[in-house]
Amino acid sequence: MTKFTRKLNGMRRRPMALGIVLFAGLLAVGTGYSAVNAAVSPKSQTQHSAEEIALGKKLFLSNCASCHGKNAEGTANAPSLIGVGEASVDFQVSTGRMPGAASGPQLEVKPVQFTEEQISALAAYVGSISEGPAIPDQSILQPSGDLNTGGELFRTNCAMCHNAAGAGGALTQGKYAPNLMGSSAKTIYEAMVTGPQNMPVFNDENITPQEKNDIITYLSYLQTNRSVGGEELGNLGPVTEGLLAWLGLLGLIVAITVWLGAKSN
Amino acid sequence: MSEDSKDLAKVSDTRYSEHEYELGLRVTHEDAVVDPGLEPHRVRMTDKSVKHENTAVRQVTALFVLSILGSAFALYAYFAFPIELGNMASVRSNTLFLGLGITLGLLGIGIGAVHWAKTLMPDNEVTEDRHLTRGSDEKRAAAVEIISLASQESGFSRRKLIRRTLYGALAFFPLPGLFLFGDLGPNVSEKLRHTTWKKGTKLARDPSQRAIKAADVTIGSVFHVIPEDLSPDDPEYLEKKSKAAVLLVRVDPSELIETEERKGWSYQGIVAYSKICTHVGCPVALYEQHTHHLLCPCHQSTFDLVDGCKVIFGPATRALPQLPITVDKDGYLVAQSDFLEPVGPSFWDRSVK
Repeated sequence: MTKFTRKLNGMRRRPMALGIVLFAGLLAVGTGYSAVNAAVSPKSQTQHSAEEIALGKKLFLSNCASCHGKNAEGTANAPSLIGVGEASVDFQVSTGRMPGAASGPQLEVKPVQFTEEQISALAAYVGSISEGPAIPDQSILQPSGDLNTGGELFRTNCAMCHNAAGAGGALTQGKYAPNLMGSSAKTIYEAMVTGPQNMPVFNDENITPQEKNDIITYLSYLQTNRSVGGEELGNLGPVTEGLLAWLGLLGLIVAITVWLGAKSN
Repeated sequence: MSEDSKDLAKVSDTRYSEHEYELGLRVTHEDAVVDPGLEPHRVRMTDKSVKHENTAVRQVTALFVLSILGSAFALYAYFAFPIELGNMASVRSNTLFLGLGITLGLLGIGIGAVHWAKTLMPDNEVTEDRHLTRGSDEKRAAAVEIISLASQESGFSRRKLIRRTLYGALAFFPLPGLFLFGDLGPNVSEKLRHTTWKKGTKLARDPSQRAIKAADVTIGSVFHVIPEDLSPDDPEYLEKKSKAAVLLVRVDPSELIETEERKGWSYQGIVAYSKICTHVGCPVALYEQHTHHLLCPCHQSTFDLVDGCKVIFGPATRALPQLPITVDKDGYLVAQSDFLEPVGPSFWDRSVK
């Protein structure tokens, strides 16, 4: 009898442990993004002084040149930065993705390595080498666009990778589209114009600046309005919902059934 | 009776032999597990001590009181958390609190009743034998008599002509149904072979329907495309859109691997492919800029965009159909024709031309 119960207990423990580990993992990934991305503060584009560009060059040579080349021309380890623009540098460095820790399927979000002035100087230097997308102006980042148009554009252009609720999702071979619930308006805008890593570019001809503002408005709405349908469970659809239904609710039903059939003491 | 049946009668146990079975039909097992009978009756604590009995009474009463409180709370919640027009969050609190109250109301009654039955009601084990399935001989004889009398009086066995025409009528009755089945729907196969793309249809952005110039499509860009002439007022708008949806991407022309036949289908590295997965028809739109992989979110079919959108992973078995494109005199991207093969998943007569 005791041997049987022990076996039963063992069987019960394993899927639960798996569920808890999975859930903790999902939670860690979700909150990790928001923690890091929230640290980015939007700023507007300014003219850069020669000193700032010189500081940028210095920072570039000591932090970036080993992979991207002394003149940002790229090496076998990293792409050329000619034409990527200030927006790209600002996106990569201010989210902590750059400088990269190690090569892998995708560069991870990490604690930011530079101060705002240093990031601005780096961007100014790379921008001074050749033209590219600029850091967006504060005026286009306000969530004052058309919410419905933004939602429609998001579902058409973004939702297949980033999930209709902006919760992110898996791509091929270890790559993934990150969760957008902690991303600042500036990061979102810069990602669209520069197409970081494997994300495609959505240039101003494809999605106009006004439409980009609509998308930011929609995401800002999602970020500030909680789900009205109850607990979101990470907005990951059948994965977390199924986990809860199979382990949680089914377990409850089994427990009730056992209680119904058991004799009273 | 043969010798075998006598043997069987010997091993059969007393539980069955009291009924009149034909022993030849019964399967008996000599090594059958012996019926352990009922467990010895266990006396409950509530039967042994008044203290425990009183506790159980209090518990059941408390559960029923909890139920009353739950129902009362549900009534309160109905008024305290009304659904306000335009405030979606109010729907959430309304359902949550109303539901909690009603749940308590029902669960209190249910759990209370079960607990009452288990702890306080008599728990002596009682055995009730099943009655025989077989009727008594008298009843069986009476039934046979009724049937033969009915057959005689109705003339069912005597009047052959009536009987046979009735059989015929019953056999013919379902035939019209067979033909009705054929009309359950039109043959949609022809519809599945064509989309609204035709020679000269401009490629437009989804959902704004602004036409796309070739110069707008920079390397690394992805455009979600629908035909420009698709009208949202068309009653079949969604049907047409869901078949004609196209993904437009520009890659470095040197990276494109094109067959002889398809050399003229792209424009300076701009290629257009159907967005409808050839597996079960999900929109394939997860595009990776550097690997040029197109991933289907439903079952992870992966297509290589620079190599004719051939399947490189997953359950899809056919490449995504390519839309031949070119530019018109104003620089707008236009279709050269419709897709040259049906888009989307297989259907029953897809290969029949």
